[in-house]
Amino acid sequence: MQTATTHAPGHAHGDAHAHHEPGFWQKYIFSTDHKMIGIQYGITSLLFLFFGFMLMLAMRYQLAHPGQPIPFVGGLMEKSLGEDMAKGGVMQADLYNAFGAMHGTIMVFLAIVPLLFGAFGNYVTPLQIGAPDMAFPRLNMASYHLFFWGGAVMLSSFFIPGGAAKSGWTSYSPLATMADSNFINGQTLWLVGMVLLITSSLLGAVNFIATIIQLRAKGMTWMRLPFFVWAQFVTAFLLLLAFPPLEAAGLMQLADNVLKTSFFLPTGLVVNGSQPDISGGGSPLLWQHLFWFLAHPEVYVLILPAMGIVAEIIANNTRKPLWGYKSLVYAVLSIGFLAFIVWAHHMYLTGMGTKIATFFQTTTMMISIPSVIILTALFISLWGGSIRFNTPMLFALSFLPMFGIGGLTGLPLGFNASDIYLHDSYYVIGHFHYVVAPGTIFGIFAGIYFWFPKATGRMMNETLGKLHWFGSLVCMNGIFMPMFIQGLRGMSRRMYDGGATYFGSGVGADPGILRLNNAITAAAIGLAVFQLPFIFNFFWSIWNGKKTESDNPWDATTLDWQTPTPPPHGNFAIEPVAHRGPYEYSVPGAKKDFTPQGQAS
Amino acid sequence: MEIPYTVKPRPDTGLYNAKVGIWLFLASEVMLFGAFFSAYILLRVGAPEGFWPDVATGWPHGLLNIPIGTFNTAVLIASSVTVVMAWAALKENNFPKFQKFMVFTVACALGFLTIKTFEYNEKFTHYVIRLKDGSAVTGHLNIDGHSPRFWTLKDVEEKKLEALKVEVDVPNKFRFPVGMKMPEAVHEAHKAGKHHEEKEFKVADIASLKAFVPSTATFFAIYFTMTFLHGLHVLAGALVLGYFAFLGRKFWQQHPEQFTNRIEVAGLFWHFVDLVWIFLFPVVYLL
Repeated sequence: MQTATTHAPGHAHGDAHAHHEPGFWQKYIFSTDHKMIGIQYGITSLLFLFFGFMLMLAMRYQLAHPGQPIPFVGGLMEKSLGEDMAKGGVMQADLYNAFGAMHGTIMVFLAIVPLLFGAFGNYVTPLQIGAPDMAFPRLNMASYHLFFWGGAVMLSSFFIPGGAAKSGWTSYSPLATMADSNFINGQTLWLVGMVLLITSSLLGAVNFIATIIQLRAKGMTWMRLPFFVWAQFVTAFLLLLAFPPLEAAGLMQLADNVLKTSFFLPTGLVVNGSQPDISGGGSPLLWQHLFWFLAHPEVYVLILPAMGIVAEIIANNTRKPLWGYKSLVYAVLSIGFLAFIVWAHHMYLTGMGTKIATFFQTTTMMISIPSVIILTALFISLWGGSIRFNTPMLFALSFLPMFGIGGLTGLPLGFNASDIYLHDSYYVIGHFHYVVAPGTIFGIFAGIYFWFPKATGRMMNETLGKLHWFGSLVCMNGIFMPMFIQGLRGMSRRMYDGGATYFGSGVGADPGILRLNNAITAAAIGLAVFQLPFIFNFFWSIWNGKKTESDNPWDATTLDWQTPTPPPHGNFAIEPVAHRGPYEYSVPGAKKDFTPQGQAS
Repeated sequence: MEIPYTVKPRPDTGLYNAKVGIWLFLASEVMLFGAFFSAYILLRVGAPEGFWPDVATGWPHGLLNIPIGTFNTAVLIASSVTVVMAWAALKENNFPKFQKFMVFTVACALGFLTIKTFEYNEKFTHYVIRLKDGSAVTGHLNIDGHSPRFWTLKDVEEKKLEALKVEVDVPNKFRFPVGMKMPEAVHEAHKAGKHHEEKEFKVADIASLKAFVPSTATFFAIYFTMTFLHGLHVLAGALVLGYFAFLGRKFWQQHPEQFTNRIEVAGLFWHFVDLVWIFLFPVVYLL
């Protein structure tokens, strides 16, 4: 018997809501319901994920076939972006840099974080804690709209004279200020977009933390929270406290670009052989410190919710509780704290002294400990489990070794001495893509396949899902594993000729390393092909997927599965009560192999 | 199901939702202004020895009006007191008293912004003039009795002026950091009460002319950026407080406890805005 089911929403609302069925705009565009907002975030960010992926494909083609017109889209690129960017359909250096900077920006800020935090966080968190909605529903709507318009500003920057921002997603000054001579340029729009996106995340973080503190149902103590909620909680704190310094830096760089200040422009700067008319006295290092103060916690923002999703799916598909729940909680809290004191490991090559480098190296090594604790707890959770190999579980399982590779390859980068060689090489690209592509994105895919039936009442097709999983796993490894080899060999990142300058001819010639570019590009195209079953599956299943027989097709224990499908406005008609922990699977003596968290006895 | 704890506090935390929300928001604002203060420190520590404008990228001193800044500080502190009195009046169920105190608070906020506008204008009409012999002076221009804003050498040449009348700043004691020995000439000038000296410069001798704007030196960049951002927060707070003061009666009559909570939340934000100024004033004006 379920205590937390609800019936049709005929119940009374406060005067803040409309009494009857809201109109189209209120329901779909200006919704204050966390589930609708979660879906809004989900669809928008999946579109951005797709767009960022397309940017990467174009770049990969240029790297494998430098100077060749990009097939299919070359002509379109020339027509829409201008001849100086894509003459004859060939990617010019400036366009490569613009695509590179925007690929990073879009993937991090417009795709991954909005998917993990905005979409999954918004949809699932109130359900899992037994709340009727987020603490501040209208603020939630504002967060989504700020995200949407921030993204629109970012996209629009491709089409202005000079093109989009092209100084890396890291936007280092002075290049970021000096790269474009137009007054309104891609970098300026990037900064305006960032201010909107940062505000969106800050308001979202306030909402999440207040919701988790204040709106937990009766009996839902802190140590009974699903690990997914703990992960979102720490993520929200990271966003709340780490983003403002980047907002400050963004405003200062905006002032440098528009008001010709010199926050980050040093005295004696020479651009193209002449001294620009600036006051000087600024510090490029200041930008780097402020940027990385956010950007390092940002990578934990990327991974923690994904770990949360994987944890839920592993518990559910092993039919046993997670191993080491307390360790997981303390580890994720430690990561949240340590994340703020490691940032300068991105700046080892700026001439820092040995004492400071040692400090950051030490904290960086320290933060690997809780990360490994989390991964180990998830691995050990598999021991003795009755494992069900459905699509979400396949993604969750492969997340573990893939994130393991990503994490381990981070160690030589965290050590100052080895980083001197590896900094800004393809090794770095391999490392961080392992953690975000077969790491974070696998978490996202797992979550989509897992919660799809709760949102739609239909299952996604298993065969297409397994095909999507297998092809993605193989191709992602095909793309990123060779990058370690290229990086170790000394290939620099952010070079539009694919390394031909250094490896093409002369003393350092290494055609083998260049040939790897072709292999990587082939794998990237393969990855694109294997997303087609997913895209088809996603849309086809919304209307034609197998209907779920119950509200809880995965036989899960957490409160999100104890609602009708899809959950109505207000989620629960009677206030739910948590009577036990979140992962009571295979309890000895119980009638079924799972006991829902909200069930009374 | 209604969202709980919007008015009544949650038993285990003792807080209602909006209070948690505003404290979290204020934590992020501390990080935001903290980043700017950090930037100030890094930029100032990184500046070479010597005074601006004699040293091109040196740090200026004595350019901000301390009495006016002090008055502004007192204005904001007073407004922080009156916003609490307004909230207390609501707790006493005295709406007219609430309105009186709220209006005074908003008036203080607008007063602060007005004074800031005068300060900004004083900057925009204040110039650094570099002469071709390498020396530099600062001061206001006197063009037929009025003081123009945002001029450059181009404007001077367009007006076909041959001589430029300048109210040159006499270095005052505030230009020298506390503890540094002042040159005798400065001491004498200050004793005589002289702050400005009328001088005339030949336009042909002038190498460059620039108003005190953000792009003139990093000191101005960080000064304008921080005070402008703070000013935006003052304006936003004034708008919210004004909204409650003038348009709050209906909501108060229907939901008195929730309205009181909203004033408390707005008051917390207002205290934060005041606190930022209490840090900003000594750092930028006094140190």
